[in-house]
Amino acid sequence: MGKTKVIVGLGSCGIAAGAGKVYEKIRALKEAEALDIVLSKTSCAGMCYREPLVEIIDESGSYLYGEITEDKAVELLNNHIVNDNPVKEYIVCTDLYDTPDKKFFDGQVKIALRNCGMIDPENIDEYEDRGGYEAIKKIISGGMKPQEIIKVVMESGLRGRGGGGFLTGLKWKFTYNSKSAEKYVICNADEGDPGAFMDRSLLEGDPHSVVEGMIIAALAVEATAGVIYCRAEYPLALKRLDIAIRQARGKGYLGKDAGGKKDFGFDISIKEGAGAFVCGEETALIASVEGKRGMPGRRPPFPAASGLWKRPTNINNVETFANIPWIMNNGAKEYAKYGTENSRGTKVFALAGKIRHGGLVEVPMGITINDIVFKLGGGIPSDKSFKAVQLGGPSGGCIPSWLSDTRVDYESVNATGAIMGSGGMVVMDESTCMVDIARFFLDFTRKESCGKCTFCRIGTMRMLEILNRITDGGGEEGDIQKLEELAEQIKDSSLCGLGQTAPNPVLTTIRYFRDEYEAHIHQKKCPAKSCKKLLTYTVNDHSCTGCTVCARNCPVDAIRGERKQVHVIDQDLCIRCGICFTKCKFEAVSVS
Amino acid sequence: MRVERVKRERRDLASGENTDLRMLDGLVRKYSGKKGIMIPVLQETQSIYGFLPKEAFKKLSVELQLNLSDMYGVATFYAQFRLAPVGKYIIKVCHGTACHVQNAGTITDALEEALKVTDGGTTEDDLFTLESVACLGCCSLAPVMMIRDDTYGKLTGKEAVRVIKEIRLKEKELPI
Repeated sequence: MGKTKVIVGLGSCGIAAGAGKVYEKIRALKEAEALDIVLSKTSCAGMCYREPLVEIIDESGSYLYGEITEDKAVELLNNHIVNDNPVKEYIVCTDLYDTPDKKFFDGQVKIALRNCGMIDPENIDEYEDRGGYEAIKKIISGGMKPQEIIKVVMESGLRGRGGGGFLTGLKWKFTYNSKSAEKYVICNADEGDPGAFMDRSLLEGDPHSVVEGMIIAALAVEATAGVIYCRAEYPLALKRLDIAIRQARGKGYLGKDAGGKKDFGFDISIKEGAGAFVCGEETALIASVEGKRGMPGRRPPFPAASGLWKRPTNINNVETFANIPWIMNNGAKEYAKYGTENSRGTKVFALAGKIRHGGLVEVPMGITINDIVFKLGGGIPSDKSFKAVQLGGPSGGCIPSWLSDTRVDYESVNATGAIMGSGGMVVMDESTCMVDIARFFLDFTRKESCGKCTFCRIGTMRMLEILNRITDGGGEEGDIQKLEELAEQIKDSSLCGLGQTAPNPVLTTIRYFRDEYEAHIHQKKCPAKSCKKLLTYTVNDHSCTGCTVCARNCPVDAIRGERKQVHVIDQDLCIRCGICFTKCKFEAVSVS
Repeated sequence: MRVERVKRERRDLASGENTDLRMLDGLVRKYSGKKGIMIPVLQETQSIYGFLPKEAFKKLSVELQLNLSDMYGVATFYAQFRLAPVGKYIIKVCHGTACHVQNAGTITDALEEALKVTDGGTTEDDLFTLESVACLGCCSLAPVMMIRDDTYGKLTGKEAVRVIKEIRLKEKELPI
């Protein structure tokens, strides 16, 4: 064992939590006190809820410290490094003994995320040390033919991880079968679902696995050039991809005779997306790469036959590509061991919302929602009860708590009316209004509709108007039926996935939470106490002490009352901001 | 509907009066004769001026043989492009799903009131532009806002306003 290693987690989430400052502090201390340590950085280990994370690996083992501030970093260095005395209360995980947080990793199987949080993503040597680029060497030195590569991917059962769930091997086969002197491989990294950050973490944490996956795809479909289409909103991912591509070029994995294979010229360029959710759709993405507005086109012809610049094009998602090198190294059978019969392997989920342990998890397909929320996610943070999970973002739907033993695989999730989607999983508790959630997603899809199909462009607008009306207390008899009718029409008459799935959040919430819609419409009440215009704040006579705190904090002077006298809220003036409710120390303000 | 963006932006389609168009020459050399250049050209133009000035459209159209109507179409389609100058600090309030369920709406409300602008607007002193964005990807820190490279997590409306006030104070101290 060499020097003690100190590794700081510098993913976007870590940096947002202050990891950059922690890193600088440790670097400064290391220099000032000439500490004999190796300081390096890695990316997100998935444990977003404990960021910033600092791992110290010494002769005795590995210690992962969580929620480290600059001050705590000083303490860590003094105690752990200088005095060789680990600071127990900050330890989140260690290989020496069990900690409560270890549950977060138990039950996870890391294939796509195998290197995230383990390596310095800006250093190709660290990737190679963990078996990186071995798959390419194996394919080239073993003289594997394209059909043989495709066969392995096909047998692994890997399905598109961007949400579509199409068999990856089959997609490759179609592109391989299209004959052309020029072919393209595109990586779809335009992760636009609000509430999803799997691809960002992967690109930041292990960009080489995506690059390697793309090279393997290129070998399989005989592609001549690759493009990574990544959101401009992900500056760190873009930077690390650029570094990874340069390093791969430097080592000969990309370029002329890529990977040492004679006459195999393959290189990758990055295209920055400019902010349009619809560009996650294959044909819209291609239009965008060509420099046009990202509007979807008709299929067929599918991109496998005529895609970028009218050449055969294979498009896969970031996570799909990251799985490929592992499958080539370990074999299709090993991958297919995980998951269910029709949904093989693992899936990465971004766990967020009303959850104790928010972050990134990779689990075998077929695990239940219950296990993800309660075993890995640690349950709901407050004493409130679990209500639903939202899967699949604006194209998906809400799965209610009573269906939480639903297995997470493509078919079971589809049966609930939601979709697997790219992996955003937002947990909701009883204080989340389901009508408001439906409204939220519809507002998103309405804004992002490209406007080509009338039903998507105008239908979503009409649906939003109805939902706005319902949440504002103006719901009318027959609104639910109108929503359902419009939903069917939009689904039937839209060209691309955006429109075809846009009504899903509304349909699933009507299906499972119809009573909430009815309460809004008929009783003008929001059971979750979330829709502001339907709330009434009142002061209870018996608990009010007349301390005047509420009256002083009310932004519109709607509260009247003398000192030491019971206060009264003027309902005509009240804007339902809820400040009195949070300010009252005697729980004398109630909301109904 | 993306049409909404056109309506909003057209009103203030700005001509940067003192736009130094020579700053575009490098860009023209770099992209001349290549295909699929529209979006990167506009992106780089925006990173030079902070927005897309009218004059830049004209120059690029002539020198790179890009159709002016195509350029305008692309510039209004994608959320990233701006046709009007923005404030010195852009406040991006995240309205992703995770932030939404953690009351991101109250952050925007508080900032709108404190800055006296509506969502998408720029303050009179050109210091701040308030924007709602889809997802910043720091869902575990929700609700979140981002100002330049700094991210502020687990916010309340009050806390967000405090951050703005601090920036304002700092700006006042700067020598002009």
